[in-house]
Amino acid sequence: MEFKGYRRGNGKVGTRNYTGIISTVVCANEVAERISSQVLGTVPFLHQQGCCQTPLDINRVTNVLIGLGRNPNLASVLLVSLGCESVELGAVVKGISQTGKRVETVTIQEVGGSAKAVAEGVPLAQEMARDASRLERTVCAAGDLVLGLKCGSSDTTSGLFSNPALGIASDLLVKAGGTSILGETTEFIGAEHLLAARGKDKTVGEGIIELVRRMEDRAKAVGCDMRGGQPTGGNIKGGLTTIEEKSLGAIAKSGHSPIEAVYDYGVTPEQKGLVIMDSPGREPEILTGLAAAGCNLISFATGRGAPQGFPFVPVIKITGNRVTWDKLRDHMDINVSSIMEGTETLPSAGKRIFQEMMEVASGKLTKAEICGYTKSMDIYVVGPVI
Amino acid sequence: MKIDAILIHDKDNVAVALRDIHKDEEIVIGKEDGCFRMEVSEAIPFGHKFAVRYLGKDETVIKYGEVIGRTTVAIPLGAHAHIHNIESLRGRGDLKDN
Repeated sequence: MEFKGYRRGNGKVGTRNYTGIISTVVCANEVAERISSQVLGTVPFLHQQGCCQTPLDINRVTNVLIGLGRNPNLASVLLVSLGCESVELGAVVKGISQTGKRVETVTIQEVGGSAKAVAEGVPLAQEMARDASRLERTVCAAGDLVLGLKCGSSDTTSGLFSNPALGIASDLLVKAGGTSILGETTEFIGAEHLLAARGKDKTVGEGIIELVRRMEDRAKAVGCDMRGGQPTGGNIKGGLTTIEEKSLGAIAKSGHSPIEAVYDYGVTPEQKGLVIMDSPGREPEILTGLAAAGCNLISFATGRGAPQGFPFVPVIKITGNRVTWDKLRDHMDINVSSIMEGTETLPSAGKRIFQEMMEVASGKLTKAEICGYTKSMDIYVVGPVI
Repeated sequence: MKIDAILIHDKDNVAVALRDIHKDEEIVIGKEDGCFRMEVSEAIPFGHKFAVRYLGKDETVIKYGEVIGRTTVAIPLGAHAHIHNIESLRGRGDLKDN
């Protein structure tokens, strides 16, 4: 099982080949966006964090920015800083540079405002995008894929068809020597005992239970029933009644592989196989966390039709709901409602998803990329804005 | 046989409608080792659940063979089972003892 990807200097493989224009703080988003909009081959990463937060969160934002910059789908990186933010620009540069890729910076307060920062950044970005365009795809093993698992806008069909089918595809990738990352800790609540039992040892099992306790305590601290927030209004309309029910369907997307390790948000796994990463279920935060953890591909099962994509990691949409497939054809990549209709088996649908993953990894565009629905991004923080 | 609803696990006390089901309709429910017929007592929208036996108040609701919540009122056989008669046991910041 092979695909064609971009082999980077540090051995990691990209499924896309962009120059990333990464804002280091919420206050630099405008400049990063303007630079990217003027240079073909670049993508912006914008977010709402990076200043006036607790040191715990500043440290997390710094590490996530490093992780994003290191993602092998980026050939090079231009960091856009305001100049007075809490995130330390030098640390981000250093962390990304270790991969061997080119990293440049533009600091708005130093160059004298946004117009000058754009004027300085555009030629740099042009040069980096031109260099990146010379790189060619080469044959890589399926084991070079780091898959992010996600489900969203779930309904009853998610737990019955699209998530189990994605689970089969994830198991196939794990068997082929690849990595698969399961997040969405909120959607372990009520199903965590099943995940913990799949932990490769006691420490992993306990780690899973602890992540869930932390997430549930955060939700409970607000003092209300979380229903309506999780499960969402849309989940409820789709027939899901409680978070326990949603979770039992959500974890099906991780298949049956053993769970090798548990990681904090945005941390790159050290081993192959299926691992867990702490994150909430909301799209901008988990897609960003998966990208920061090094995912070069994301597969996203949906019931009612979630359109979200990410700037530089392709997101494949899978639905098991025929109505969603018919209505949202420009957002859905794969239809597995055939399982419910009795015209396809679950294993066959899983194999079809795996084949699509290999094709998308080799350059086939996802629907989200084609329609430009690729701005679902933000960094998950745990403390208050202060 | 074409099924109208599915009982995912033998232990489950709710089944899932695979199409919009009308009030008082007799339907075929598929399960692991075959299927059975029953009449629903209310309209059940596609993807929603209904009770496959009488459920008393405060009874545990089972789907996928696992606990998904607890009834807040009794749910008659064939009735729609959703947020109006089932509560979650998790993430309940509104309950002091939780």
